[in-house]
Amino acid sequence: MKILVCITHVPDTTSKISFVDQDTVFDKTGVQFIIGPYDDYALARAVELKEQLGGSITALNVGFAETEPTIRKALAIGADEAIRINAEPKDSFFVAHQISQVVKGGDYDLILMGRESIDFNGGQVHGMVGELLGIPSVSPVMYLDIEGNIAKLSREIEGGKELLEVALPIVAGCQEPIAEWKIPNMRGIMSARSKPLNVLDPFEDEHKTVVENFVMPAAKSGIKMIDADNVGELVDLLKNEAKVF
Amino acid sequence: MKVLVFTESDEGKIKKSSLEAVSYAAEIGQGTVAMIFGVLESSELNKIGAAGAKKVLHITDSDFEPSNIMAVSTAIAQVFEAEDIELMVMAKSSLADSVSARVSIKMNASLVSNVTDLPDMTNGFTVNRSIYTGKAFAKTKLTSDKKILTIRKNTVPIGENGSDPETVLFQPNSKGSDKVVKVLSQEKISGDILLPEADIVVSGGRGLKGPENWGMIEDLAAALAAATGCSKPVSDMDWRPHHEHVGQTGVKVSPTLYIAVGISGAIQHLAGVNSSKFIVVINKDPEAPFFKAADYGIVGDAFEVLPQLTKAIQAAKE
Repeated sequence: MKILVCITHVPDTTSKISFVDQDTVFDKTGVQFIIGPYDDYALARAVELKEQLGGSITALNVGFAETEPTIRKALAIGADEAIRINAEPKDSFFVAHQISQVVKGGDYDLILMGRESIDFNGGQVHGMVGELLGIPSVSPVMYLDIEGNIAKLSREIEGGKELLEVALPIVAGCQEPIAEWKIPNMRGIMSARSKPLNVLDPFEDEHKTVVENFVMPAAKSGIKMIDADNVGELVDLLKNEAKVF
Repeated sequence: MKVLVFTESDEGKIKKSSLEAVSYAAEIGQGTVAMIFGVLESSELNKIGAAGAKKVLHITDSDFEPSNIMAVSTAIAQVFEAEDIELMVMAKSSLADSVSARVSIKMNASLVSNVTDLPDMTNGFTVNRSIYTGKAFAKTKLTSDKKILTIRKNTVPIGENGSDPETVLFQPNSKGSDKVVKVLSQEKISGDILLPEADIVVSGGRGLKGPENWGMIEDLAAALAAATGCSKPVSDMDWRPHHEHVGQTGVKVSPTLYIAVGISGAIQHLAGVNSSKFIVVINKDPEAPFFKAADYGIVGDAFEVLPQLTKAIQAAKE
């Protein structure tokens, strides 16, 4: 079983988001970067599948050298080797194109990633990679098991889930509760330092969208507090101000 | 500009989010074409016309079940060609993510998800989209000739004044290679309002003390014709199913009204709800961070406030 896990390098979920240079650049000052939480689930499931079935895990990230501590963390959690495509992840298509090129050269059985990144929330890359490679893509995946050459998955749908079966290779966009996040142990952290991290040049420079600038949401006008003994006031506000009934 | 809308149905009814996508498309282009998969009554197809579509392509062939993402994407690409489509619009959903991505590759199209407003076409084609789970927006230009947008709920109002559409039974050419994913079973709640579709959401947190107390949440939701949601700890403890978990790693919602009961308001939960138009927070802890993100707040015990509130709403609605 050869597994590719694609990871994003994103601000911690508790980060305050702000921009500089006339709102054209994300302000990284004081921001802690992590493996995308959904990607972290994908990686955790990959580690479990490797323990069960043998094989190898390659972690892949598209980004400049600043993402290497995040990639090393993936190695500490259990990836055997890593690839960094040395480029700015300009948009989903650009990233999907890089991933598909790596897969073409690598003969992977399973390509795992998060259902979406938590910075741009596109949720597009798994579908694009599947289409670029002409193989199935499934997302969001909450359960994944491998029996021989067959993947058994459950996919969340609005109001429930469906159980699917498909022959490998496939691309899966993962989410909880596919596996528990794994915290690297000391042995993992030590061995991560010597595991191979190969840096590749990007495969063609193509993208189809451009971010012109960022905008912050309008601030809430302030809260109206209502006495717990006077729910009628809230009902009036919902009726006349929010107009929900 | 010729615009195509991919619409979805649930239990034989067109989804409201899809009707919103139709009205969004009708604001941009002339002669909007909509696609719908599955067997539906003509009254449902007429709703698509009322929302602004001139033509509806109805696909009833069971090879194109909506859950077959590859086949549906193939069918859409055929319509792109046959109808000379420049822009496709769809409501954001778990299906739309995968389908829009696959079609964007087939059509060499620019794709932007989570769009929150109508495009600015004065200099190219630019839209705002929600990023950082609702903490910011990115003004994004689509640079390819063909374009695809997935829009977030509550972006435009649903139109009701369009005329009945020209309805055409459409038979896409199926490809054997699209039939490789087998759906073994589907488990789905029925009758309830789907969380991402709901105009009003009532969510409960750990403050409710246990799953046995969810009747209060359900009663309030029923009074408001709302969907029910929950916080992450509640779904982690299996008090409620995962598809009800609202937040950063769960469902992101943008309803007109979000009512949070007994949820302290961790930043990861706020990320999933902060684009709601109105937020009500009911919590016995006056220091709960959720109050800072709310429009209306009540400091009080949910076990006392909820039954009173449900009664008052029922009375006001009569």
